[in-house]
Amino acid sequence: MPASLDIAGFAVLLLLALAALAPLLRRQRTIQIPLAFSLSAVASLAAVVAGIMTVADGSVTAATMSIGLPGLPFHLRLDPLAGFFLVVIGLMGLFASIYSVGYVKGYGGQRSMTQMICFYTLFLAGMLLVILADDAYFFLVAWELMAAASYFLVMYEDEKGENRRAAFLYLLIAHVGALAILLAFGVMAGQSGAPGFDGYTFDAMRGARMSSGWAAAAFFLAFFGFAAKAGVIPLHVWLPEAHPVAPSNISALMSGVMLKTSIYGICRFAFDFIKVFPWWWGGVVLALGLISAVMGVLYALMQHDLKRLLAYHSVENIGIILIGLGLSMIFAAFQLPTLAALALVAALYHTLNHAVFKGLLFMGAGAVLHATHERNMEEMGGLIHRMPWTAPLFLVGCVSISALPPFNGFVSEWLTFQAFLLSPALPHPLLKLLIPLGAALLALTGALAAACFVKVFGVVFLGQWRGHQKPEHIHEVGPSMRGGMLLAAISCLLLGVFPTWVIGWLDTIPEQLCGAKLAESAGKFGWLWLTPVAHERASYSGPVLFVGILAVVTVTWLLLHVRATSVSRVPIWDCGFVKLTPRMQYTASAFSMPIRRVLGFLFAVREQVEIVPHTNHPANPVSLQYRLRIRDRFWNWLYAPQGDAAYWIARQVGKLQQGRIQIYLLYSFVTLIVLLVFLG
Amino acid sequence: MIMHPFVIELLQFTLLLGLAPAFAGWVKVLKCRVQGRTAPGILQPYRDIRRLFGKDIVLAENASWIFRFTPYLVFGVTTVAAGIIPLLSVDLPLSATADVIALVMLFGIVRFFTALAGMDIGTAFGGMGSSREMMIASLAEPAMLMAVFTVSLASNSTSLTQMVSVMAHSAFVIRPSLAFALAAFIMVALAETGRIPVDNPATHLELTMIHEAMILEYSGRHLALIEWAGMMKLTLFFALGIAAFSPWGISSGGDIGSLALAFGSLVVKLTIGALIMVLIETGMAKMRLFRLPEYLGGAFLLATLGMIAFFILE
Repeated sequence: MPASLDIAGFAVLLLLALAALAPLLRRQRTIQIPLAFSLSAVASLAAVVAGIMTVADGSVTAATMSIGLPGLPFHLRLDPLAGFFLVVIGLMGLFASIYSVGYVKGYGGQRSMTQMICFYTLFLAGMLLVILADDAYFFLVAWELMAAASYFLVMYEDEKGENRRAAFLYLLIAHVGALAILLAFGVMAGQSGAPGFDGYTFDAMRGARMSSGWAAAAFFLAFFGFAAKAGVIPLHVWLPEAHPVAPSNISALMSGVMLKTSIYGICRFAFDFIKVFPWWWGGVVLALGLISAVMGVLYALMQHDLKRLLAYHSVENIGIILIGLGLSMIFAAFQLPTLAALALVAALYHTLNHAVFKGLLFMGAGAVLHATHERNMEEMGGLIHRMPWTAPLFLVGCVSISALPPFNGFVSEWLTFQAFLLSPALPHPLLKLLIPLGAALLALTGALAAACFVKVFGVVFLGQWRGHQKPEHIHEVGPSMRGGMLLAAISCLLLGVFPTWVIGWLDTIPEQLCGAKLAESAGKFGWLWLTPVAHERASYSGPVLFVGILAVVTVTWLLLHVRATSVSRVPIWDCGFVKLTPRMQYTASAFSMPIRRVLGFLFAVREQVEIVPHTNHPANPVSLQYRLRIRDRFWNWLYAPQGDAAYWIARQVGKLQQGRIQIYLLYSFVTLIVLLVFLG
Repeated sequence: MIMHPFVIELLQFTLLLGLAPAFAGWVKVLKCRVQGRTAPGILQPYRDIRRLFGKDIVLAENASWIFRFTPYLVFGVTTVAAGIIPLLSVDLPLSATADVIALVMLFGIVRFFTALAGMDIGTAFGGMGSSREMMIASLAEPAMLMAVFTVSLASNSTSLTQMVSVMAHSAFVIRPSLAFALAAFIMVALAETGRIPVDNPATHLELTMIHEAMILEYSGRHLALIEWAGMMKLTLFFALGIAAFSPWGISSGGDIGSLALAFGSLVVKLTIGALIMVLIETGMAKMRLFRLPEYLGGAFLLATLGMIAFFILE
């Protein structure tokens, strides 16, 4: 039986080979697309298999390759933490590859498929290599491969200025982040004390004994870098720009998976490299997680661009994952390994769940975009009648992300709540008091997310078509897109109904990182009952809930259909009003208006209503215009001043450029004099 | 004689399904008496439900399967929740299915799908109801969870049976934390069940409707299921409050005597609880929609005070 690292290596090699060989088939488009995406699905599946094996048996395998820098060959290593993220990437890679076969056909030969396939496979390979890398150099090479490939994918529809701007912003923030990560590695390598390049291997970093100051510097540099990639507020501005403009199969991967590589990085730095840290590190992570979660969902509520809205929800969910990580770090700092394990499992579980449901939602948004050529929700409506497959699958994603049982989002949020409620075990009075308040913010996040997804599903799929053209041109998407979404939806349900198995499988990770296992208590009463710490503390049973609800619904339905009653279909009751038009429905902006009113002070909201009254009948306006502009305050606070400063400096420096030859000769002359003075 | 836990579970389902309309009728009767009107009788909800079940269904042309599926789901979820909250005895096989947090989220499913059904037809009323309901819910949920968290801190558990056992078997002391939490719970429960001062269950006036606006288009058996589930939800919130704040009398085993005693104490508590709610509803006017954030913020503050009181005083 091949080792799991070999299988993962096979996956990466297959993806790289696809990227290299895709151009050869560029004339045979009908073969190129299905072949390339089915092979990348195979590679993703291999990654999943490798990951599942590694996590299940808790094995650690490492290898050194013969390429790389002289003195620093590429190191590879696969441990349970890496294996878990391989599963996350592989699973979404599999669904997105199946989905892509149908989705990229929508470009109808107007764009280069070779470009799409090359960067798609490179992107997947880059993410897998980030997880497998075991030295700083290889890690950064893989990190840049991932960033560059995704940059070109965001730029894919490059004729639009909006897309170029978004891609540039993405590249900029990705590189500021990468720089910080590089510096963090530098600090770690410098402190590890190993000779030559050996300090840059992760093994040396694991063994480094650092002073607390340097450790904090290394961790927070790395945290900054990873936070920039993950879209943690206030480093999130690129995310709602870049994710919507990328093709939807790419948005699914970027939002569902790429952000998770930074969660991997944070876990690796905190629990694997540094191991011993003060509690306030966890406090910072927790606080930023809470801010990201609440602000992310509030910004999402204000959007009416479907993909932009989903992108803001990624900010929210990364926040929820960071809440789990922060709690885990706090518990670990106070030597409470079981509680740290619980919080870590909650964070990792949410990582997997978010990958699946956000991938599903972005694929669903892609299907809607594919069918309607529209991203603005205000122009949609009633799609449930025209897209009978996409609608229920998208609904599964909505229910999952809203943390409603028995789907998967609920389980991980529930575990996070349990971790919150165990905080009175902390030997620190202030933390005891403050941390449960975080649980209230998490509850607020969950409830707002539910409100947001009622809006999304209600406005896009329910009601009547709001667009200007007739909806007759809208058709359900093809089998491959439905297949990709269906697999993701089934995963959402399974991950929600059988949490005990997932936690049992995950158990090797907290065992290695926190020194405590969870499955013994979590699965004490069999697979049916999830009891995270002890059964007196809390319990949840996904299967019983699911089967119970299903049974009652079925029995009720059958009992009520014994006697035949007639169902008559009639026009909508319009209260005697003459003509009810689809434009009179609640829109996305109208739906979120009460929440905008209540929590609007957090945004820069500008509302303008212009009414032109009729000269004879002031009560009957001739026209009415409503304008609403919602700005991200962080842009004005943090980014706009920096941009302005850059322009100002450029202008000042620009004064040197006089455009007259005499001046330039004078510059050369002065430079020569100065140099001579120094040399003399 | 000891009754098997499954028999108790079955008894509890029958009790809630069967008696929820009577409880809703009792509330109505009390309200009429207090407000000096003639009461329709405690059995009126049964007659309403029977009449609705017998009627044909009128559906809007563009109603989708969401609209037709929602009543069944709402009824199903509420019924499952009815098997979880300990009513007579803590010895319930299903009580481990969900703890308080999961229970709150179960009501979240009900709300989510009711709000979707409200948007399904595409009338302005439905959208308005859904939008308002979700706004209120998103402010009520943190306060709700804070209130139950305070109780769960006192009993070191979020599992309802454990809460009941710990609270019922500890000596009776007045805990300031629980007093705050109870006040918050009552405020939020009024919001969650759509009562005055948050929503008016008896109105069909466009400016004030919230819950009724979402289900305005329903008829026949669909409406019957939604109404019945609504009555159960009201009863369940009372049961939740009783289990969390006043669990004395709930049997810890399954012998007939203690179950009878539990039933007796349940009836007494429900009667008193209904009276309190009716007095609140009669004494207060419905609030303007945008006053509600202050109301729910107040509830949240009370719950937080309860939690702080727990850490400082207990």
